[in-house]
Amino acid sequence: MQDSERRLKALMVRGLDGDAAAHRELLTQLALLLRAYFARRLGSHASDVEDLVQEVLIAVHIRRGTYDRSQPFTAWSYAIARYKLVDHYRRQRIRVTAPIDDVHGLFVDAGDDAATAGGDLERLMAGLPAKQRAAIRHMKLEGLSAAEAAEKLSMSESAVKVSVHRGLRALAARVRGVE
Amino acid sequence: MRTDELIEELSSRAKPVNPFNVELRVAAGLGVGGALAVIAVALWLGIRPDLAQAAATPGFWMKFAFAGAVGVAAMALSCRLGRPGCRVRVLWWVVAAPIMLLAAAAIVQLAGASASERLRLWLGHSWMVCPVRIVVLSAPSFLGMLWAFRQLAPIELRLAGLGAGLAAGAVGASVYALTCEESSVAFLATWYSLGILAVGAIGAVFGPRVLRW
Repeated sequence: MQDSERRLKALMVRGLDGDAAAHRELLTQLALLLRAYFARRLGSHASDVEDLVQEVLIAVHIRRGTYDRSQPFTAWSYAIARYKLVDHYRRQRIRVTAPIDDVHGLFVDAGDDAATAGGDLERLMAGLPAKQRAAIRHMKLEGLSAAEAAEKLSMSESAVKVSVHRGLRALAARVRGVE
Repeated sequence: MRTDELIEELSSRAKPVNPFNVELRVAAGLGVGGALAVIAVALWLGIRPDLAQAAATPGFWMKFAFAGAVGVAAMALSCRLGRPGCRVRVLWWVVAAPIMLLAAAAIVQLAGASASERLRLWLGHSWMVCPVRIVVLSAPSFLGMLWAFRQLAPIELRLAGLGAGLAAGAVGASVYALTCEESSVAFLATWYSLGILAVGAIGAVFGPRVLRW
């Protein structure tokens, strides 16, 4: 992590000074990290992963002037990757967004932590009231209908919907609120 | 397109980047917007005829000092909001400081004034139009900020909109000071601040829609 920060930052700074080879190397290494990062979060939507990787690479290239050389490169690139991921979720109307507390997540080695794919969501959801958590789990993760979830939880159908709505809003607020 | 082809394509266009690119662009957006606002105020409301005499009074410069302080702070804030991964918390206080300082000075001024004077000091004779005109005169700078942000990478769109609005509002307020003949601290602290904050609010409302990238 410290290593990749130092290495990538050096490449970035050289690229900013006009060194095309360093810039190519930076984008190549970033592509690997991004592919692993998005794959962990979009497991079942593999085709979107490469689109997102390319979208972030383009953003990194076009907006590289916004990188402040006195700041960590990791934080800058991770912020862009997360922004594009959240934007992707929004377009897909999946309302559960990416956790923002794992800035280190982008820089772990590719593919070594598939097991934590669901862990992020679990950790975020742990802060919700039990009712909202159960409602989201049934309706959004297991794909039950509102009626089925209502029966399982012995709640009214509209109460289930309200719980899901409030829970998702709370999740979104938590994700946004940390910054 | 395959990713490796894309990388080739992008890195073939790796021109050197000025490290102050962001600041220059924001300054250009605000500067051009401010210049247009000066033309607008001259044609619309007219520069105050006693400009030369007024320039000798502290009340005149207080407006520029106030709007300038808010403007410079909000500009620095906007630049950082457009740079992913930069912390900005302290800068919010730097933007708020002149507004709060002037508000405190206004309270002192009003507390020391006689009851009959208070209302005049606070409302002047243009309180109803002042904030609205500041908002109108901020429009070109606000568009300039939107233009500047097209090359930036704001992550928190609502906050970025707020920062852009505050910067534009401060430019609008300084331009309005060229025509405004009020000079009471309480007037400035209320109606100038209100105008600037209103532009900030407009930016915050529209930020998520207009700043997406």
